[in-house]
Amino acid sequence: MISFSPSEEQQMIVNMVKQVATDEFRKVYREADESGEVPAHVVETAWGLGFISSSIPEEHDGLGGEHSAITGCLIAEELAWGDLSMAMHVLCPALVAYPVLEMGTAEQKTQYLPGFCAEKYKPATAGLIEPRFNFDPCALSTTARLDGNDYVLSGEKCYVPLAAHADLLLVYAAENGSSQGFILEKGSPGLEIGEREKNMGIEALATYELTLNDCRIPKENRLGRNNGCDFNRIMNCSRVALSAMAVGVARGAFEYSRDYAKERLAFGEPIASRQAIAFMLAEMAIEVDATRLMTWEAAWKLDRKEDATREASLVKTYADDMVVMVTDGGVQILGGHGYIREHPVELWLRNGRGFAALDGMGIV
Amino acid sequence: MIDFELSPEEEATVKAAHKTAEEVLRPIGRYYDEHEHENPQELIDTMWERRGEGGANSLGVVGALRIEEMCWGDAGLVLCLAGPGLGGAAVFTSGTQEQMGRFLKRFGEGKPVWAAMAMTESGCGSDTSAITATAVRDGDEWVLNGEKIFVTAGKRALEDSDGFVVVWATVDKTAGRAGMKPFVVEAGTPGMRVEKLEKKLGIRASDTATIVFEDCRIPYENILGSPEVRKIDRTKTAGFQKAMATFDATRPIVAAQAIGVARAALDFVKDVLEKEGIEIRYGVPRQKLSALEHDVMEMESAYKAAKLLTLRAVWMMSQGQANSLEASMSKAKAGLAVTKITQKAVELMGPLGYSRKYLFEKCMRDAKINDIFEGTGQINMLIVARRVLDFTREQLK
Repeated sequence: MISFSPSEEQQMIVNMVKQVATDEFRKVYREADESGEVPAHVVETAWGLGFISSSIPEEHDGLGGEHSAITGCLIAEELAWGDLSMAMHVLCPALVAYPVLEMGTAEQKTQYLPGFCAEKYKPATAGLIEPRFNFDPCALSTTARLDGNDYVLSGEKCYVPLAAHADLLLVYAAENGSSQGFILEKGSPGLEIGEREKNMGIEALATYELTLNDCRIPKENRLGRNNGCDFNRIMNCSRVALSAMAVGVARGAFEYSRDYAKERLAFGEPIASRQAIAFMLAEMAIEVDATRLMTWEAAWKLDRKEDATREASLVKTYADDMVVMVTDGGVQILGGHGYIREHPVELWLRNGRGFAALDGMGIV
Repeated sequence: MIDFELSPEEEATVKAAHKTAEEVLRPIGRYYDEHEHENPQELIDTMWERRGEGGANSLGVVGALRIEEMCWGDAGLVLCLAGPGLGGAAVFTSGTQEQMGRFLKRFGEGKPVWAAMAMTESGCGSDTSAITATAVRDGDEWVLNGEKIFVTAGKRALEDSDGFVVVWATVDKTAGRAGMKPFVVEAGTPGMRVEKLEKKLGIRASDTATIVFEDCRIPYENILGSPEVRKIDRTKTAGFQKAMATFDATRPIVAAQAIGVARAALDFVKDVLEKEGIEIRYGVPRQKLSALEHDVMEMESAYKAAKLLTLRAVWMMSQGQANSLEASMSKAKAGLAVTKITQKAVELMGPLGYSRKYLFEKCMRDAKINDIFEGTGQINMLIVARRVLDFTREQLK
């Protein structure tokens, strides 16, 4: 039965997340962007909602709930509405947890999943992106080769969130031409974490370059061991998560500029009374909704374990464009004020621009 | 729970509609495009016989999906099929129980019959409150005077069948919207005539009539809704609001027609590319895509976006939820999306696109009406804007 309504349980989760996004993220996002730090208490509060542990089986210390991409989308949208840096920071451990949950061997699950069910935030991350303009996740430059009982990894990664603090790192590398995941623990020999990156936006999220100098890890650390991982699915889960976050960022910009346009007077009436502004807002509203529905549809396919490559890549590209159109519209509607860092719209434009560059930095 | 799955029965309904579109509509679409105003009688009779079969009367999401399939076959022909249409929709939203029985019964029996809606005049289109056609009460009758244009299926309703047309006229010109009322005029009523049929850019199989009313007398009971109009309450615009409420139901239906045409164009493009051995590589980064792949993906996502907005709008209506905003969103998006998608298809296909040997150019011509009728794209954007801003028509003109 076709339905566009989240379940009661999902609605409860959304309300809870929205509360944290409003009370925590929205209170400190500007400060965090300027200082480059997400306050620890904000991370812990959001972590306390248990997004990840709730879908980890009880035998691995989780709550044993269903792992749903649609629910993941609802959460990601609300968190990103609050602040994108914080959303990515809080959800970062999922970059390891979900692939292990879905594709890890029994041993890998036993070894790694309980860590994500602890009360305290578990810093874990994944390295996918490589520093070249025509980066393609399906044709990685970083390589993995089997040498006796070890895998030897070499190459360079960038935009690895929280790499300096992470206990666990899932690195994607080409093994005989196909992309596979490899689990690295902190301090693995040959793993070199570079300086913190300085980016155009999402500045409160600490990201790093990594160098893998013949980094040796036991062959047991290949995600899914002999079966490997379904990399295509991981990418689709990532596209859907990022699309949902783009919807959240865009919705924030739409709401803010809508409210501003109703208040701001020009020629004796609110600027929203002019079609030039009103039609921008109408288009923003339509595109935010359309992208959300496309995201849900792709997530629905993922939940059914069907191939969602078409849906996920279409919505990701659509969302990349949409979020820039909407956040740019937000800056434009505020005019000169939109360009000043006292208003959040410039931050959302900088953040929104990131989506097209950031493959793999989220997962449902 | 968020779900995009159809039940097996719903699936069967949509499939049946596709089969009809492919086997019945598609083969004759070009002929009736080139023979404007010729009647596809056999098609009309066949489809009238089949009405009610295999979920043909489905409402809501499945109804919309069915319409998409049919318009994938041929949008012009779908618009000329017999049935209650927009006139019936107006009776359904604004009429009393008695009126529904009296006017809608004919669609369940007898020969093919149509009902049309007459609102637009030569001097007013989107601004329907500027209507000049008048209705004056004379004892037990209303006397209508005026001229209506762009009446879809007007001729079929009034000359080819025992149908009716819902005419919007004012009972008090000084009362503005409050004076606007819908009246049912039956086929064969003296004082009413079909003046001409328009020649159009597309959807040529559909008749678009001009209807003239000269001292056209209809029974007093044919005013839709409450007959109490002796005193016009200038503060109440209930009649007008109901006309607008009809749009909440009809706009997503037009959006569904639009996405049907859009998908037809998209499928034609994909067929050609497949024959040429060109694959659309989903999941490949943008920097590595060809311009062609990029264009096709853009068309496809615009189609998807419009479709999902449309399904949401009809789903909300089927759930009894207020859907004015969502209905206008779907119409604004779908009308524009189908226009762009079909124009892009003509462009991408080069010499094939421009030739009448293929259907690309026809899709482009058929598509354009979807951004115009049942509220232009601009009017729907205006409605969306007013809704999201919570502005009245005075606050946002």
